[in-house]
Amino acid sequence: MNILVVLAVVAAFGLLRFGRVSLLVWAGAWWVGIYVLLRFGFTAPIPASVVSLYMGIVSIAILAYVSSSQERRDEISRPLVRFMTDKRYTAFLAATVVAIPALAAANVYVQMNVPLQPPLFSRTVHPASPSEITVHDKKIDLDAGENPFRHLEASSPTEFRTHVENGRKVYYRNCVFCHGDNLAGNGMFVHGLDPIPTNFTDKGTLPMLRETFLFWRIAKGGPGLPEEGGPWDTAMPAWEKFLKEEEMWEAILFLYDSTGQRPRAKEEAAK
Amino acid sequence: MVVSRKLLFLLGPVAGIVMFIAVVWMATVFVGRNEYKDPYRAPAATADSTPRAEGVAAEKDEAEKKAQEKPYAEAEYRRFPVVGSRVAIWAVAQLHLLFAAFVLAVPIFAFIIEAIGYKTGDPRYDRLAHEFSRLLSVSFSLTATFGAFLTFMLIILYPKFTNYLMSVFSPTFLPYVLLFFAEAFFLYTYYYGWGKFHPLVHLGLGLGLNVVGTGIMMIANSWLTFMMSPSGVSSKGALISLTDAIYNYTWMPINVHRFIANIAFGGSIAAAYAAVKFLQAETDEERAHYDWMGYIGNFVAISAFLPLPFAGYWLAKEIYAYSQTLGLTMMGGAFSWLFIIQAVLIGNLFLAANYYLWLGMGRVEGAQPFQRFVKYLLAAIVLCFMIWATPRSIIATVSEVRAMGGSAHPVLGFLGVMSAKNTAVNILILTTFMSFLLYRRTGKVASVTWAKTGHALQLSIFAAAAFVVIFLGVYGYFVEASVRIGLSVPQVGAVLLAMVSITAIDIFLFRKPRNTGAVRWGRIPAISQYVLIFIAVTFTWLMGLMGYVRSGLRQHWHVYGIIRDNSPDAFTPTLGFATEVVSVTVLAFFLLIGFVFWIASLHDRPDFERGQSL
Ligand code: HEC
Ligand code: HEM
Repeated sequence: MNILVVLAVVAAFGLLRFGRVSLLVWAGAWWVGIYVLLRFGFTAPIPASVVSLYMGIVSIAILAYVSSSQERRDEISRPLVRFMTDKRYTAFLAATVVAIPALAAANVYVQMNVPLQPPLFSRTVHPASPSEITVHDKKIDLDAGENPFRHLEASSPTEFRTHVENGRKVYYRNCVFCHGDNLAGNGMFVHGLDPIPTNFTDKGTLPMLRETFLFWRIAKGGPGLPEEGGPWDTAMPAWEKFLKEEEMWEAILFLYDSTGQRPRAKEEAAK
Repeated sequence: MVVSRKLLFLLGPVAGIVMFIAVVWMATVFVGRNEYKDPYRAPAATADSTPRAEGVAAEKDEAEKKAQEKPYAEAEYRRFPVVGSRVAIWAVAQLHLLFAAFVLAVPIFAFIIEAIGYKTGDPRYDRLAHEFSRLLSVSFSLTATFGAFLTFMLIILYPKFTNYLMSVFSPTFLPYVLLFFAEAFFLYTYYYGWGKFHPLVHLGLGLGLNVVGTGIMMIANSWLTFMMSPSGVSSKGALISLTDAIYNYTWMPINVHRFIANIAFGGSIAAAYAAVKFLQAETDEERAHYDWMGYIGNFVAISAFLPLPFAGYWLAKEIYAYSQTLGLTMMGGAFSWLFIIQAVLIGNLFLAANYYLWLGMGRVEGAQPFQRFVKYLLAAIVLCFMIWATPRSIIATVSEVRAMGGSAHPVLGFLGVMSAKNTAVNILILTTFMSFLLYRRTGKVASVTWAKTGHALQLSIFAAAAFVVIFLGVYGYFVEASVRIGLSVPQVGAVLLAMVSITAIDIFLFRKPRNTGAVRWGRIPAISQYVLIFIAVTFTWLMGLMGYVRSGLRQHWHVYGIIRDNSPDAFTPTLGFATEVVSVTVLAFFLLIGFVFWIASLHDRPDFERGQSL
């Protein structure tokens, strides 16, 4: 959170509270306040698409609030009606009438006046995997399969450690350039890539995925993605061309081990 | 004056249809202009025989001979003109389903209302139930017509696959037909027997109608759930066990989800009907009646709406259990965007339901004290709505992704997952329930001696439930996925327990309330009626959308993983296209349902007399 922005918004609300302003001002203030918070209040900025989704919800809610009782409807419409009918405000009214299209035009200008960017692309980050893939002429069942080394974790911890160590070697020989020294997706190639390499330390990524899913992504890479995952957009190589099957499984062990996360367990059948 | 208004009302749809036909005609003309047309030639018979004419004749003979020798080959697919088979079958199935849902929903609705009327002795309920069952016969025949239409379309367009389904499910067809007879029997005796039997006998008929209707739905559900999650057949599709084929993974969850959704659907359509009548009403008396009717319809709809998310999550869980891939396609893959649309729709439904209740407080004198809670309820709804609509895969430009430090946002990433969404839905449900309770309290004060303790108890149950839900939601981040999914059960349990116990206390609390203000039915702003219409349309649209999700999930399979779809339509259409098809079918449904309502209203019309003007 950007503490300064949050404090500024809170302070503005405090002022309004003491100023005893009308419902109309409050409604406007809430809208603007929430917008400012969403837009500038976070250290990692929220993408515009999500901000507009949220603001849509907020707009509907504010409209619902101001019209939810007779008193509120009166209170909100009184200043508006006065503004439109009272002679005193004629100049303002005229200014508003001019300002609305002018604002729209200004908005168009601002929107067009940004540096060129590739278009928004609704890439699905985790598309469904196929239920079975073939790697080095071997069929691997992604639905029912398991990491062949995972069971060693309980039965033979030392052997498990050697596999994790092998995985570490695989990682630092191959993956580090993109996925980074600390697995945070900030390797030295990152600046040239879009989409950027996955940040494995993110709590919402590895624990949500099963090891077989990762195996599929590593073995088949970007080219193996289905349509909605935007194949060919990502630089993730298809590692089956360079690594042995065991090496890929070991790299997966290392990813979880190094980030201290656990893979998603298989959902058991209900019947 | 009155007649001309009604005429105007009729004129709208008629003008719409005329314009539609005109547009289609114009389009045909314009397209036709660019088509190649044969230049005029003298008819062959009048021309002299030339080598060319002989050649043409020989060619014709040849073709005829070939045609004679052609062996009979079974067609796998046939194409529907212009829109293609998929869209054709989609629209017809959707319309059939909407009508079927309506025909199942009206009797449930009528039965509930009639039972309330019997219990309370208030004749208004009985009249309302009767008014609604009048819609049954027309919509019953429309449903059957669309059903036959759908069957023919299946046989024509997808003959091979239809044949397969028939061979697997052949033993279920006879019971289906017999149930249909029973349905017709109950339906007509229920409707025509209104007021002719002892109320309990009549209620019994209504119950029979509902039981039979549910049975029909369950049989049909077995066919379509089998397509999504087949079991009881070999990997090549040969039938092994019919029981397993019927009782497949998603059968029960869909039965339950649909049954509940149908009640909500029926209630919302009833409320929308009342809303239209309210807006057309010319006397205060009419307004009062239709306001009340809209309220009751909406009450039934929202009561059924509240448990729907639970049924939905159960369904989702069974889909995951059946196939991880199918589950991921649904929630994480190509279809995940539909769930964002779903979340927006459902969030709007929750908001609208609450808003209607708040507006309704205006009916009651002295409801102002309760109005001040509205902002807190609204804040809870907005927060939950926002969490629920947070996408898991965010649409962002490259620079935005860079700024966020990855394709997952550090904060939003937490909100996009199941734990947060489950929690949000549960709180939404609790909030809506709270609005109901507040609405119930307008205009009366509990007069029992333990009123204070009662209120305190209710409040603490409420707070406890909210705490449990939020605590488990947060806890979910610290445990494995398989445990996390299990957490939704105690969450749901807490909410259900709270709702049941608070309602029970409420009933005793308001046994003999002291009235402080009268309910003035009809004194409600017109916006509220548009809200009711909005709820009905949104609900119908939601049904269409989710039906598409269920069916589209199979992607290039007729029967998932077993029978492949080799037709040219076996691709997943874009979101925009899918929503367009859904919108068009919903529009068609509302035109048709308007027609059903109009036919039913003929009953109240004075007979035509000679010399009367139009
Ligand atoms: C050339 C850069 C590059 C290299 C080298 C690379 N990756 Fe990637 N990787 C990416 C990019 C970019 C993505 C994100 C886009 C995507 O999902 O394909 C990605 C995604 C992934 C994913 C998918 C994570 C998810 O959330 O679905 C996994 C797993 C992965 N990489 C593992 C590895 C492993 C293991 C190695 C080393 C053997 C490796 N990567 C080497 C660029 C690279
Ligand atoms: C949260 C509240 C929910 C509401 C109000 C809701 C509402 C509905 C409605 C009205 C239908 C149409 C029923 C019919 O055709 O008879 C439907 C169908 C469906 N719902 Fe939900 N639903 C909810 C949650 C969910 C969830 C969480 C899921 C799963 C992830 C889900 C999955 C489905 C599916 C797959 C269908 C299609 C069933 C079919 O028509 O065959 N629903 N839902």
